[in-house]
Amino acid sequence: MGENGAGKSTLMKILYGMQKPDEGTIIVNGVPMAFATPAAAISAGIGMVHQHFMLAENLTVLENVVLGSEPRRGIVLARRAARARIEEISASYGLGIRPDALVADLGVGDRQRVEIGKVLFRGARILILDEPTAVLVPQEVDELFANLRELKSEGLTVIFISHKLDEVLKVADAITVIRRGTTVASVKPADVTARDLARLMVGSELPVPGLRESTRTDHTQLTVVGLTALTSDGRPAVDDVSLSVCRGEIVGIAGVEGNGQAELVESVMGMRPAERGRILLDGTDITDWSTRARREAGIAYVPADRQRHGLLLESPLWENRALGHQTRPPNAKGPFIDRAGARRDCERIARTYDVRTPSVDVPASVLSGGNQQKLIVGREMSDGPTVLIAAHPTRGVDVGAQAAIWDQLRAARSAGLAVLLISADLDELIGMSDTLWVLLRGRLVAQVDPGRVTPHELGCAMTGARDGQ
Amino acid sequence: MSPLPKQVLPALVAPALALAFATLISALVLLTSGADPLLTFNSMLDFGVRPDQVVNTVNQATTYYLAALAVAVGFRMNLFNIGVDGQYRLAALLAAYLGGAVSLPAPLHIALIFLVAMAVGAAWASIAAVLKVRRGVSEVISTIMLNAIATALGAYLLSTWLSVPVAGSNNIGTKPIGFSGQIPGLPFPGTSNRIFGLVFAAVLVGVGYHVLVSRTRFGFDLRATGLSTPAAVASGVHVRRMVLVTMGISGGIAGLIGMPQLLGSSHSYSLDFPAGLGFAGIGIALLGRNNPIGIAFGSLLFGFLDQSSQILDLEGIPKEIVAIMQATLVLSVVSAYEMVRRIRLRQQQRQVGAGPAAAPPAPGAPPDAGRSGSGGPA
Repeated sequence: MGENGAGKSTLMKILYGMQKPDEGTIIVNGVPMAFATPAAAISAGIGMVHQHFMLAENLTVLENVVLGSEPRRGIVLARRAARARIEEISASYGLGIRPDALVADLGVGDRQRVEIGKVLFRGARILILDEPTAVLVPQEVDELFANLRELKSEGLTVIFISHKLDEVLKVADAITVIRRGTTVASVKPADVTARDLARLMVGSELPVPGLRESTRTDHTQLTVVGLTALTSDGRPAVDDVSLSVCRGEIVGIAGVEGNGQAELVESVMGMRPAERGRILLDGTDITDWSTRARREAGIAYVPADRQRHGLLLESPLWENRALGHQTRPPNAKGPFIDRAGARRDCERIARTYDVRTPSVDVPASVLSGGNQQKLIVGREMSDGPTVLIAAHPTRGVDVGAQAAIWDQLRAARSAGLAVLLISADLDELIGMSDTLWVLLRGRLVAQVDPGRVTPHELGCAMTGARDGQ
Repeated sequence: MSPLPKQVLPALVAPALALAFATLISALVLLTSGADPLLTFNSMLDFGVRPDQVVNTVNQATTYYLAALAVAVGFRMNLFNIGVDGQYRLAALLAAYLGGAVSLPAPLHIALIFLVAMAVGAAWASIAAVLKVRRGVSEVISTIMLNAIATALGAYLLSTWLSVPVAGSNNIGTKPIGFSGQIPGLPFPGTSNRIFGLVFAAVLVGVGYHVLVSRTRFGFDLRATGLSTPAAVASGVHVRRMVLVTMGISGGIAGLIGMPQLLGSSHSYSLDFPAGLGFAGIGIALLGRNNPIGIAFGSLLFGFLDQSSQILDLEGIPKEIVAIMQATLVLSVVSAYEMVRRIRLRQQQRQVGAGPAAAPPAPGAPPDAGRSGSGGPA
């Protein structure tokens, strides 16, 4: 484990043959190895389960598992042999993979098991799991850990990468902490607490999401009334949702991914048309406004997928500073882009939000995930927003950056910002929300008291286990 | 502030190496076809630097430059206007007809011809844009189809409605544009050939392209859309409107391609009006990496190769060798740029990995919120 930008991903890329080491050796089962390509790593028994699933939705589980290493009879896919192998793997490691299910129909947890099955199918004995719990709810995390224990008992080695200290403590037999590209400690979970680990990782205390006294005002800044929005195939993804966010208030939305969070955010941002219902900003009906008009009116947006929706990866940081704010000072002067202004202000953001970069001229793609996120948060907090739509603001971000982002949310909240917070991190939702809603199948099914609810209860409400809807 | 020379250098080395590589490939092709490469290149060079050929090269480069800019403006937002060819021919035909039909004071006459040409080019390109935003038709397919339609439509219009016979030949063309609609060329020492007066207009369009794409808010939206459409949408770009406007601009510039020839030399659109410039423009835009300076060099290089190859027929060498050279050039330059891009990315990654030059951790207080955080650890 380690902070974002500590070098975890680089290390894993080297182990998996995606990048060449400058010096040092890799020893697998006592034999020094050098991997030029992932194929070489795979043949040495190393497999990688990526954070973002690499599955073809319109293929079956079987087809996904064999893709790229198809057992063949002549030029024909040996389906029967493949099925037998998959079922054998599934049974011996307790994965519960159904070879004929369509991946598009599977939930997140199932998809992850398919990814693990895929790696095992290629004969991996050493599994690298990159942030595997980022997309899971607590119950699914427990299932994953059960799978991992099964793998372990069958003699496989698992490298588990996570930012979540308690998870690492729960599942690991040995923990290595790296910071700024070097090992700072190798410890046994029995000998350390989460607090110790956090200190090792960032040299500071473990951050706790939490709010002090209420800063909520009676002034409603954002109102959503009876909002219904459709998926591209015409089903209601957001179904008659009504909520309001006051100045100085953080309203949290809990829900298993794919229950309409993305569509709700897109509707509020004007990127997805509202089928029914209205959206009001400080009393003004903005339902028909364009995304740009909404942004100019003071709605800031931290998108869930920062690389896809939040950044121009090939563009320099200062251009990314202007993205989404390209019509306003300090980024624009009349019809022109104010290059000097954007650059200066980007330097300010880098300073204030601790974006670690040698200059604002490097492309965004070279920053680590945490630093990219800090840039986005800094940008969206700039230019005087009145509403912030924050989708997974600390996903895949190390504890240091997480604490900083929470601090900024708190500060902005006490300065009167109205925040709509969507997150998969239940501790974050419970700790940071003044008001907390549960979104299930596009509907707000419950409002829970963030002061009293436990992550487990919230997890149950999110899966519909409690109210049976 | 500006990029370091260290970063600029590979950007120049790459095309130079690619040029050398393309020359090598062409030499191999020449060798296998039984010609002496050194002799061939030598005679091309000798011929190409003669004053009259220099003028021809510049003139050819002028039209190439406009063609490449028309393509490049779309490329910057991943919009592939393959229909520049049809757009400029139709635009030149109609502008030539109208220019020949009216008589106005000089500035007005020229302005009218320009306006018509740009409007026709933009209108023809807009068909593809509308199909794309309304029906999701790939602009690549529709613009290619529209090229074929433009060819047929142009031939029909020319042969039935718009033409007068050209004296002393089988050629037909539009009625020549009067003196008030002509733009005189510039003399060049050592030859009676004249450089197109509109070479300056091409330079102006290049400057305008640079300002529009790299300096304006519109250009920012355009580039953002090209780099990542989802991110552009999230930032408030109206992508469908951008497609319509950019296709219009691309077609408008395409409308200008025929103008140097029309107003500077032929004064009428006839059957032998230059064709295929739009396709050359695609290659040159790739060669110049959509950069106005790069495109200028690419245009001159292509123009030079075209002109200097004229001598090859006399030497008994097929001048198609030049087409091979141009194609190899485009391919190797594109690969070289990609290589440079990756090397630079790796350098920058290392730079970032080596640690920040500045930026110590600051207390978590967004200045815009104007107050300090509630005191958590940072």
